[in-house]
Amino acid sequence: MAARKPAKNQPLAFAWTSENKAWCDAQVKKYPAGRQASCVIPFLWRGQKQEGWISIPMMEEIARQLEMPYIRVYEVATFYSMFNLAPVGEYFVQVCGTTPCMLRGSKELNAVCERVIGEENRVSGDGKFSWLEVECLGACVNAPMVQISTKDGDHYYEDLTPEIFEAMLARLRRGESVKIGTANPKRRTSNPEGDLTSLTDPALYDGSRAAPIAALPNAKPLAPQV
Amino acid sequence: MTALLQDKDRIFTNLYGLHDPGLDAAKKRGAWNATAEMIRMGPDWIIQQIKDSGLRGRGGAGFPTGLKWSFMPKEVKDRPHYLVVNADESEPGTCKDRDIMRHDPHLLIEGCLVASFAMKAHACYIYLRGEYVDERIALQKAVDEAYAAGLIGKNACGTGFDFDLYLHHGAGAYICGEETALLESLEGKKGQPRLKPPFPAGAGLYGCPTTVNNVESIAVAPTILRRGAKWFTSFGRPNNAGVKVYCISGHVNRPCNVEEAMSIPLKTLINVHCGGVRGGWDNLKAVIPGGSSVPLIPREICDNVLMDFDALRDVKSGLGTAAVIVMDKSTDVVRAIARISYFYKHESCGQCTPCREGTGWMWRVLERMAEGNAATSEIDKLLDVASQVEGHTICALGDAAAWPVQGLIRHFRGEIEARINAYRADRPHVAQPRAMAAAE
Repeated sequence: MAARKPAKNQPLAFAWTSENKAWCDAQVKKYPAGRQASCVIPFLWRGQKQEGWISIPMMEEIARQLEMPYIRVYEVATFYSMFNLAPVGEYFVQVCGTTPCMLRGSKELNAVCERVIGEENRVSGDGKFSWLEVECLGACVNAPMVQISTKDGDHYYEDLTPEIFEAMLARLRRGESVKIGTANPKRRTSNPEGDLTSLTDPALYDGSRAAPIAALPNAKPLAPQV
Repeated sequence: MTALLQDKDRIFTNLYGLHDPGLDAAKKRGAWNATAEMIRMGPDWIIQQIKDSGLRGRGGAGFPTGLKWSFMPKEVKDRPHYLVVNADESEPGTCKDRDIMRHDPHLLIEGCLVASFAMKAHACYIYLRGEYVDERIALQKAVDEAYAAGLIGKNACGTGFDFDLYLHHGAGAYICGEETALLESLEGKKGQPRLKPPFPAGAGLYGCPTTVNNVESIAVAPTILRRGAKWFTSFGRPNNAGVKVYCISGHVNRPCNVEEAMSIPLKTLINVHCGGVRGGWDNLKAVIPGGSSVPLIPREICDNVLMDFDALRDVKSGLGTAAVIVMDKSTDVVRAIARISYFYKHESCGQCTPCREGTGWMWRVLERMAEGNAATSEIDKLLDVASQVEGHTICALGDAAAWPVQGLIRHFRGEIEARINAYRADRPHVAQPRAMAAAE
């Protein structure tokens, strides 16, 4: 279990932007009446996107909105590891460190972070970066990889080497864009590098699979539809 | 030997996202073909076909999917039924559901409709792990397309069946891949597993009858119905039927996801699709064949083992999620397993004492063993602790934390002992290690 507690310095108040307020109202409709508490994780996530991190006034506001006790929101916010309970850098770099990534060199990515950004889980002097080693992000065939979160999105950057990763951080620092996804020019996504070993038959994509099926296998003939 | 799977028998024809994931292109590849006819055949027919196909759950435990569906009450009484799709893909090594959701989302949506109809559920929630933000956006786009085309929603596919599909997400907790923890999380609580019984089919989401299925199990269902149970059982050995998406990571030349037949030999899988082990097959040290929770197998076993539930169980490992993690001879296997132990320590929900305390204890001892700073007698103590965690917790996370440790000691005990001896050989006196080091 990871021990997590809120930051010492808390803002005085929290308010949704009008766009997010409307988004919240739409979310509640996804769940049956009286089950609005289901929205707590999506709301906290949206709040984190708005403010960059989750403050106690935000938890209190969400508790009011969802008519649930504040402590229940607090429990959720401290339980899930993606909720930042203290401010993070403008670019929040999460380096996957679990075994599949470790086998392919995630430790070297940690070293780059230490050199370029500084101590783990500490915002850099210019406020641009902070970094954290996290547990498996589920892109193991493209290891090693990082996820970089900003207010605008959360993207995966895969098949990294220390050199590519360091250049990437430098570009971000200058405010330039970086290609999302794999950094290996011989791959598109999770396919093997180079030539494909499967899914090369053109008949899969010529529309022949959309031909009407006369009768489903093992189906007794149905009465004609009225 | 099982023949290699041919392209014409692959279900996920856009696994790599080389083609358009949108509705029109997905239809051209065969999705949403004859869906209305499947629904007109009725729920019993659908469940029987899935039972006959021998499909076993693709989320790790391998429970027969058709049988699971049949546990739902036959008639809807006072409480609505729900289908919940487990897309909280967090098992280290596994990244197959991600590709299904971002590249072949319409197969999943079609599967949700057919499975929900079979279980008389009018609402389905897909619970994605929080980190999959781009995948969530891609899947939501496909859901919106399906609604706009009348494939889901009121009178889905023109069958008179009303069906709503919603996406929900978590926020970074491995434990939410356990079905009852997932339901707790979906209800807006901490993801702590529930005691069973009652099972979700009796009292699941909001206390209503619920079935929780893995993304891949649901996404293959429509194709099985289209092509027939017999087609599906023609792959793999009896009791291990079908096709499966494998994720091969670690020390191979070309790591990838690939859809192959069940029961394919591990060596063939690695050599044909991944360009072999880095440095050649002889450079192989060990393989974790089914995601981090299953025990590793050393090279001697890898030579001949088949990738299916029964073959891997017979060598005291498991198919799990079919996430193959390959380790070559340069690997410090003790450190690799210690990192897995750290993962379980980090992800334990803290509810049951054996797991909350045991995972941290096993990790700390393994870290010392990786250094060599331990006593050989501690290997047996570690095994003893692992066996006391295993089977003594509400959910399977305790087991999942114990198995990799047991596998390590079963196959690499000599390596741990050698390391301990080497550490001691350099030192005139080694203080008795404190077995119960302070937390962290």
